[in-house]
Amino acid sequence: MAPRQEMNKLPKGARTGFDEVALGYTWEQARAEAERCLQCRSPQCSKGCPVGVDIPAFLQAIVHGNIGRAYQILQDQNRLPAICGRVCPQETQCEGRCILAKKGEPVAVGALERYCADWARQHYNGTLNRADSGQAKAGQKAAVVGSGPAGLTAAADLAVAGLEVTLFEALHAAGGVLRYGIPEFRLPKDIVDYEIGQIRDLGVSIQPNYLIGKTLDIPDLFSQGYGAVFIGAGAGLPNFLGLEGENLNGVYSANEFLTRVNLMKAFRFPEYDTPIRVGKRVAVIGAGNVAMDAARTAVRLGASEVSIVYRRSRAEMPARLEEIVNAEEEGIRFQLLTNPLEVLGDENYQVQGLRCQRMQLGEPDGSGRRRPQPIPDSAFVLEVDTVVVAVGQGPNPILIRSNPNLQLDARGYIEVDPDTLMTNIPGVFAAGDIVTGAATVIAAMGEGRRAARSILEYLDCSS
Amino acid sequence: MNILRKEVLAQDIVRFAVAAPQVAAKAEPGHFVIVRHKEMGERIPLTIADFDAEAGTITLVCHGIGRSTREINELNEADAFLDVLGPLGEPYPVRHEGTVVCVSGGLGVAPMYPKAKALAAKGNKIIHLQGAQRKELLIMTQEMEAISEQSAYSTDDGSLGRRGFVTDLLREVLAGEDVDEVIAIGPLPMMAAAVDVAAEHGVSSVVSLNTLMVDGTGMCGGCRVTVDGQTKFCCVDGPAFDGSAVDFKEILKRQPFYRDMERKSLHRCRLEEVG
Ligand SMILES: Cc1cc2nc3c(=O)[nH]c(=O)nc-3n(C[C@H](O)[C@H](O)[C@H](O)COP(=O)(O)OP(=O)(O)OC[C@H]3O[C@@H](n4cnc5c(N)ncnc54)[C@H](O)[C@@H]3O)c2cc1C
Ligand code: FES
Repeated sequence: MAPRQEMNKLPKGARTGFDEVALGYTWEQARAEAERCLQCRSPQCSKGCPVGVDIPAFLQAIVHGNIGRAYQILQDQNRLPAICGRVCPQETQCEGRCILAKKGEPVAVGALERYCADWARQHYNGTLNRADSGQAKAGQKAAVVGSGPAGLTAAADLAVAGLEVTLFEALHAAGGVLRYGIPEFRLPKDIVDYEIGQIRDLGVSIQPNYLIGKTLDIPDLFSQGYGAVFIGAGAGLPNFLGLEGENLNGVYSANEFLTRVNLMKAFRFPEYDTPIRVGKRVAVIGAGNVAMDAARTAVRLGASEVSIVYRRSRAEMPARLEEIVNAEEEGIRFQLLTNPLEVLGDENYQVQGLRCQRMQLGEPDGSGRRRPQPIPDSAFVLEVDTVVVAVGQGPNPILIRSNPNLQLDARGYIEVDPDTLMTNIPGVFAAGDIVTGAATVIAAMGEGRRAARSILEYLDCSS
Repeated sequence: MNILRKEVLAQDIVRFAVAAPQVAAKAEPGHFVIVRHKEMGERIPLTIADFDAEAGTITLVCHGIGRSTREINELNEADAFLDVLGPLGEPYPVRHEGTVVCVSGGLGVAPMYPKAKALAAKGNKIIHLQGAQRKELLIMTQEMEAISEQSAYSTDDGSLGRRGFVTDLLREVLAGEDVDEVIAIGPLPMMAAAVDVAAEHGVSSVVSLNTLMVDGTGMCGGCRVTVDGQTKFCCVDGPAFDGSAVDFKEILKRQPFYRDMERKSLHRCRLEEVG
């Protein structure tokens, strides 16, 4: 078996700006990698894909040199392939199930997905096939709230079925986390623009600056003639740890830090008006994708020493493997088994340090992960001037607060019927992070698609 | 989002009437909007200083201090904002209190006006106290006087009304009158002082905070403040809070975080004007 093709990346020394780090495959690499697929009789990879892409078929099309066809196969199940090829945690999904993974070198499905989508964007300028199946009656309308992966996918599917779809987004630009959270060096915004543009071309009307619950409320949408409402409002409320000193100057939530940089382009200050202040030494608390993105962003904004502070060990770090490797390559230090206790500040309320404690792993906890326990007398101070808190998010608050009759689960997320994804309010459906809590792009897309299907049934226009 | 009317109220202080029917239809006293004037602009929170649901308009008052706000103040009638998001924040609960003293400092009169107007309409007696550095900066006085039973002014230089702080006026009113509530909106030190004066007289107070913001939808936490020992997000929990519960010291320290950078940006802006 030929070895897995390594994707070219920007050399470490060249990663000073916000240019994309992963550079993708050449055609020769793509073909060689696709040829590694064994075309299993009962492929497990597709079962590991939350939207069920026919992976062996698209790999086969690449082998045959028919990239257009490969792209179509991807498109059939996944409307954001250039995005997913870049951000999906393939190692726990398709690639994790690949038979070759047993020997440690699964087929690089993600890199090949990216290759096809990039090829199509550059060569083919193909608009999505508008499979105008026309089940919907003229004038039937659906409203989608939130333009993250869940909302985009639901909107696209509903539009293809012939509904008039309006997508309402609170921010001034569409994309959800793809827009404000994931940085340019991992997901260039022109790619986000392009794939959202494809969905707009299906006839979805995208309305930015609409905060549902404030600008309009759910009952308003029904009285405006929308027959069903899909909520994909995401989990955007930043958690804090409740540490002493967490409101000092120089402490950011990862959301604020990343939003300033990605949505507001603070990395181009003063050309863009929104500032960001990053000191020389930065501690990022947490070890998920959000934390890696914040840490790598801090390096690019000129911090000379950036540390990830995480209370568990390496094996539990939830970030994509590729991002952990990239972070390491970029010189980020990992303070593992380290629990933050307090943010220290000077008389001007400026961060001066992060007092931490060393931990060791004890018995497994409810999540099956070994519970970290403090090592006595191990407190120390990490000297930093900036702290970024990346310890997870809660449900976006506004829509929920303004609809107190919407049923929530114990953690405050929207409760839905597990089969139909309908909330307790008839005609109102929900999916994505606002239902599951912070998860993944592809999981949100899969659920958005499932919700669209049941909306069509609800509106009596499924085929 | 078109600008229908523009009026310069004082140096660097401009009032706009903006066509925003969707926002106007839902606006209540205490709400604000977030605007962007161009692609490279900041998201700027501005109080809805008045609104007319029928006409579909909102009134905004902008103080040109940073780069984006200065550029906003150069917009003219028939220009448009790129984005207007709102109405945001929790509306101020308008009840019948009895006698309410409205203490405005500087630009604080803009967020004060819609609250005072609604309170007056509910039958409250409004006592209007307003302070500014100098006479020219006392804005919107006619609007306030039209809904108030009593008005008094103070300026730092004595160019109009009492020379000194507006809180001195507040102290006098509270000494002589039975007051049910004090609303104080203006610079942080003024609000903190007004809250203290009200508390000395056993009167409850409400303040409206004007923190740094990015999204205005509860997504970034950049606007967090400590109220009653708990972290609150000014954009979704506020901007109005019980004055005596607010940790003003913390807000005072957080406010200037970006000041150096703003200076740099403004400097660049001036260079561009020159060049
Ligand atoms: C920094 C970061 C990095 C990540 N990296 C990865 C990764 O590499 N791979 C991966 O698979 N996942 C990653 N994730 C997780 C992934 O992005 C999310 O799981 C996914 O975006 C959820 O999609 P969604 O559509 O449910 O919500 P979101 O993407 O959160 O979108 C919700 C949208 O709804 C809008 N909205 C909210 N309330 C309202 C309202 N009332 N009215 C109108 N609009 C509203 C919001 O503004 C937002 O645009 C990352 C998350 C973050 C924050
Ligand atoms: S401004 Fe971002 S949470 Fe309030």
